[in-house]
Amino acid sequence: MLIRKLFLFTSFCLACNAHAISVDEANAISMGETDARIEALNQAVAHADTGTALFLQALADDAVKLVRGKAIVVRDDMGVDPATGAEFALPDDAEDVINNNRMRGEIDSALAALRLFSKIDSVRMAAVQQMQSDADPSKLALIEKAFAAEQNPKIKDQLALVRAAALLGSTDKAQRLEAAALLASSDQSGTKTILLAHLQTESDGAVKAALGKALREVESRLAWGDKLGAVFSGISLGSILLLVALGLAITYGLMGVINMAHGELMMIGAYATYVVQGLFQRYLPGAFDWYLLAAVPVAFMASALMGVLLERSVIRFLYGRPLETLLATWGISLMLMQLVRTIFGAQNVGVENPAWMSGGVQVLGNLSLPFNRLVIIGFALFVLGTVAWLIGKTRLGLFVRGVTQNRPIASCMGVNTARIDTYAFALGSGIAGLAGCALSQVGNVGPDLGQGYIVDAFMVVVLGGVGQLAGTVYAALGLGVLNKFLEGWAGAVLAKIAVLVFIIIFIQKRPQGIFAMKGRSAEA
Amino acid sequence: MTSSIQLPVPSPLLTRTGWSAFIIALIVVCAVAPALNLLVPADSVFHLSDYAVGLLGKIMCYAICALAMDLIWGFSGILSLGHGLFFALGGYVMGMYLMRQIGTDGNYKSNLPDFMVFLDWKELPWHWTFSDSFVATLILIVVVPGLVAFVFGYFAFRSRIKGVYFSIITQALTFAAMLLFFRNETGFGGNNGFTDFKRILGIPVATQEMRMTLFVLTGVTLLGFFLMARWLIGSKFGRVLQAVRDAETRVMFSGYNPLGYKLTIWTISAMMCGVAGALYVPQVGIINPSEMSPANSIEIAIWAAVGGRATLIGPIVGAFIVNGAKSWLTVAYPEFWLYFLGLLFIGVTLFLPNGVVGLVKKLKGGAK
Repeated sequence: MLIRKLFLFTSFCLACNAHAISVDEANAISMGETDARIEALNQAVAHADTGTALFLQALADDAVKLVRGKAIVVRDDMGVDPATGAEFALPDDAEDVINNNRMRGEIDSALAALRLFSKIDSVRMAAVQQMQSDADPSKLALIEKAFAAEQNPKIKDQLALVRAAALLGSTDKAQRLEAAALLASSDQSGTKTILLAHLQTESDGAVKAALGKALREVESRLAWGDKLGAVFSGISLGSILLLVALGLAITYGLMGVINMAHGELMMIGAYATYVVQGLFQRYLPGAFDWYLLAAVPVAFMASALMGVLLERSVIRFLYGRPLETLLATWGISLMLMQLVRTIFGAQNVGVENPAWMSGGVQVLGNLSLPFNRLVIIGFALFVLGTVAWLIGKTRLGLFVRGVTQNRPIASCMGVNTARIDTYAFALGSGIAGLAGCALSQVGNVGPDLGQGYIVDAFMVVVLGGVGQLAGTVYAALGLGVLNKFLEGWAGAVLAKIAVLVFIIIFIQKRPQGIFAMKGRSAEA
Repeated sequence: MTSSIQLPVPSPLLTRTGWSAFIIALIVVCAVAPALNLLVPADSVFHLSDYAVGLLGKIMCYAICALAMDLIWGFSGILSLGHGLFFALGGYVMGMYLMRQIGTDGNYKSNLPDFMVFLDWKELPWHWTFSDSFVATLILIVVVPGLVAFVFGYFAFRSRIKGVYFSIITQALTFAAMLLFFRNETGFGGNNGFTDFKRILGIPVATQEMRMTLFVLTGVTLLGFFLMARWLIGSKFGRVLQAVRDAETRVMFSGYNPLGYKLTIWTISAMMCGVAGALYVPQVGIINPSEMSPANSIEIAIWAAVGGRATLIGPIVGAFIVNGAKSWLTVAYPEFWLYFLGLLFIGVTLFLPNGVVGLVKKLKGGAK
């Protein structure tokens, strides 16, 4: 609030003329019927200055009282005359000024109009955005003035739209037509609301047609934004699913181990990120923005070490018994969850985004891409590339593939298969840790973090087909986009159910997933 | 020359000692427990407390689930991670009847269940049509889980989904159902589910006699299902099932189509779970969607595994051991319960593939 007032103070010197708010204006705005008050307000705003802005702000903050039929601003328990600025003791019989919701709305939009003259670009931009949906002809003079004074081309474009929106309420038909034509180029969702409202009240046929045309153009442009937005959030969800499923594609897809504790390995990665964040806060507060870079390898190592521990102590005894592996790893997941609860408590812990990850890129009027999502998409691609390289090009990958295809022969060739199993499992677990590190930037970090993703992750692997990295990629992105599109259409829960049903049906047709390994085995 | 192939002789349903044990169990459930609870004075050492009756009744419901799980997992080799769904479906059918039995005694004094008044619904949704009739409810308790299982199983088994794939898909199924039941507009009370039951057949639920009746009913059902399972497993049907479990391809090459066998046992198993759920709900007094959470379904599997798969007495023993430990540990050491359960999962799969029953058999064999 204080900052807003400061903006107001600084902003009016440019537009200031000598006119301060008069006693009559202040009284007319504060007393009487709402309609009359609004008219007085709009008149005052048309030639506003710092005094008006301060008075309106006080009115919005309920700091205006009536003393014997006179509007008085209350500041630090003292009465201040809005016209002269003279201070005096507040009498006991001061009455509150009551603002109903309509009056409040008008005051807010008047304040927004005044903020158009702020020196700070972002304040002006915010004011323009706010005015988009409630511009009316009474503020036209003010908007024209701001439009003429505006230097920033971006804000000027937006202001032109606001001006057009205000012109729509004009009594002159030619002006309304011109406004409709101007608004057709808008990409703001507020414009749609305005056009719809005026389309209903407009009586002139020609203007009505122009409005309808403008509305269609705006809607088609907005529809693009919505669609692209759905695609983007689909890709974003897909990238997360991809990170989650990549680890599974190795442990389940290549090694055939059903790891129900995969989600909990992610959780460990997320908590590792949390610990690194805590260490940076305490010992390296100056480099806090870069804690995430340190957290990535730590999360990988933490989960990979846990993976080695699990593989050596439990899983290696269960190779070839998938159902038993499933149960044992489920038990492990329960213990890991409880372990985290014991150490960090059952509550969610807070992991902050570094400063460079907050904010986003504004692509279209109604479409902005948050940086943290973009970073995760990039990160998923990076991990995917690294895994593909590790499996496809390195000696370790060669051994892993060899052991997958024919364990006895690989063993005869001198491959230490038990060690390769451990390495592969550690790699899969480490990637789960990376997924957890990424998830900590977009969601809650708590002991249940993994549980929410495990069903999805297995769906991705099952859909993609076992033993295939490419299948996993397509399945993750496909499911992500499908999910988000259905979400826009049927709501989050129904979308999820629809996706599960879709997978169940899909498996009917292609029991081995999108990319099945070809073979002649009856056991398939 | 006459054929010298020895056809397997059907083994008797139970051995002599088996029958004696069965009769003793029946007497304990039907006569001894009610007598100890209702007739013996509360301060006597032999008095069976109401808490114990409630707990044992609940565990017997779980034991029915474990038995159903054993039929499908132990004898047919199909691990279902969705049996919690069938359990909950049976429970919900029973819950709908119990909600209707509240009549106008709810908080809003309306003829409709409270949550519907809360949602401002004016009439019962279509799927509540039969909830007024007790007979229809009894039929639906078996039919609804059975039908869901049949349809799902038909598609799954037809495309020969098996092993882990099947397990994961059943888990997805129960997960999807849970999400669906959490919704208010599906008409199942949202996340609160059904509770505050008052009567069954006009008789108050909360009395000691009613609790005992439900207890006896559950015990008799459990014993009845045990006999039925025993008969199923001993029959030719059961033998084919076990052959499918051990070598499905070979069974197919011998001219059997496993689809019908698997589908039948799968549906029967689901129906048993439905009955267990229906018996469970009036005893604990609540049913909500968390019964369908994947974790619950996996727990059923561990009951069967702890007791011993592919034995029929094993799952019942397992359900009692695990749930007994659970009700003790969650009170005495709440933070250790999950460690214990986790260790149980790992320990049983690693060291006790045949469960407790297998261990006892082995020890006996070693002694001889």
